[in-house]
Amino acid sequence: MAELNTGGGDSKGKKVRSKKQDAGVDLTAMVDLAFLLITFFMLTTSLSKPQSMNLAMPDKTPEDQPPVELTISEDRTLTILLGEKNKMVWYYGLAKEPIEGPTVVGYGKNGIRKELLSKIKSVIAKYGDPKKGLIVLVKASKKSTYRNLVDILDEIAITKVPTYAIVDITPEDKAMLEKEDLLTK
Amino acid sequence: MAKVKMSKKSTKIDMTAMCDVAFLLLSFFVMTSTAKVPEPLPVDTPASTRETKLPETDLVTITVGDGKVFFGMVGQDVRADALGRIAEKYKLTFTEEETKRFSLIDGFGVPAGSLKGLIALKSDDRNKEGVQVGVPYDSIDNQLREWILAARYATKDLHQTELKVAIKGDAKEEYPTIKKVIDILQDQKVNKFFLVTGLRTEDF
Repeated sequence: MAELNTGGGDSKGKKVRSKKQDAGVDLTAMVDLAFLLITFFMLTTSLSKPQSMNLAMPDKTPEDQPPVELTISEDRTLTILLGEKNKMVWYYGLAKEPIEGPTVVGYGKNGIRKELLSKIKSVIAKYGDPKKGLIVLVKASKKSTYRNLVDILDEIAITKVPTYAIVDITPEDKAMLEKEDLLTK
Repeated sequence: MAKVKMSKKSTKIDMTAMCDVAFLLLSFFVMTSTAKVPEPLPVDTPASTRETKLPETDLVTITVGDGKVFFGMVGQDVRADALGRIAEKYKLTFTEEETKRFSLIDGFGVPAGSLKGLIALKSDDRNKEGVQVGVPYDSIDNQLREWILAARYATKDLHQTELKVAIKGDAKEEYPTIKKVIDILQDQKVNKFFLVTGLRTEDF
């Protein structure tokens, strides 16, 4: 097998015998190397596949058609305005007369996630119908970054918000952000 | 007192079988792994907790970073076909050799007029800084829209499937640029896409 048979050979007639050597090759180093390479390739292959996040946007209504009016009670909507400095403003209800807010929070588990979780619960409790859950509207301002958008979508996915949409920001919302100093012109 | 004789055994193990297995696995990983190709526009993707994998075929990747947009298609046949459609649209002609060379480029970011120059370059020179300026995507000269359209037609013709779109944005890219790209896609009624992200845990 691994030992190479190099000993002597037949040398019957000769008197001087060559020394029988045990020429087993030590494979330890080779195995070491092989496993090192295996680990390398294993790690690099699994890492090279990029992750992704699905995003479905609402259909755009053509400009010549009147927009579809949907009546949704205001106590089901939570609007999140993404501002600069990695901060956001949220309000519950209509922009003109919010039921709660506007409040400035940050991202992460101590920021917006708490609000989302509590609002999901309170809306379900109020309506007692799982189909009438919370609706989150995300409005990104000009100063927010792509990271902010992905972060908020991630929070929505983590907290399992039933309905959400990314919509355009309105002048009212812009004014709200400016008031909180999260949107410099 | 009786002497306990320890039997002298050789401490050497036969490594042959282990070596065989190790190399078998090694060759498996070498063959299955795909080499990472350098990107013309390196971007730092934001992290998310989602673990959806990107589809591997019939995909275009729109890389957005630094205000520039780069376009990448998967599949050599789709690339060649899309180039043909773009050539028709912008009244350009590409030789067979150029089409073949183009179908080996993963992603690019030049206006249609400069494509010939890009194809002529060596692959090392293509990814140098300043060579590729980005695909124009403003309302006057919206070549990104044409490319997406061309790729969609090509995929539909060749593979009979709908093209999937992935957006790979730089984390620090400001929202308006991303919005513009999304708007271009929505104008074509592409409402579903993938956002390429890194990985992180829920504790952040």
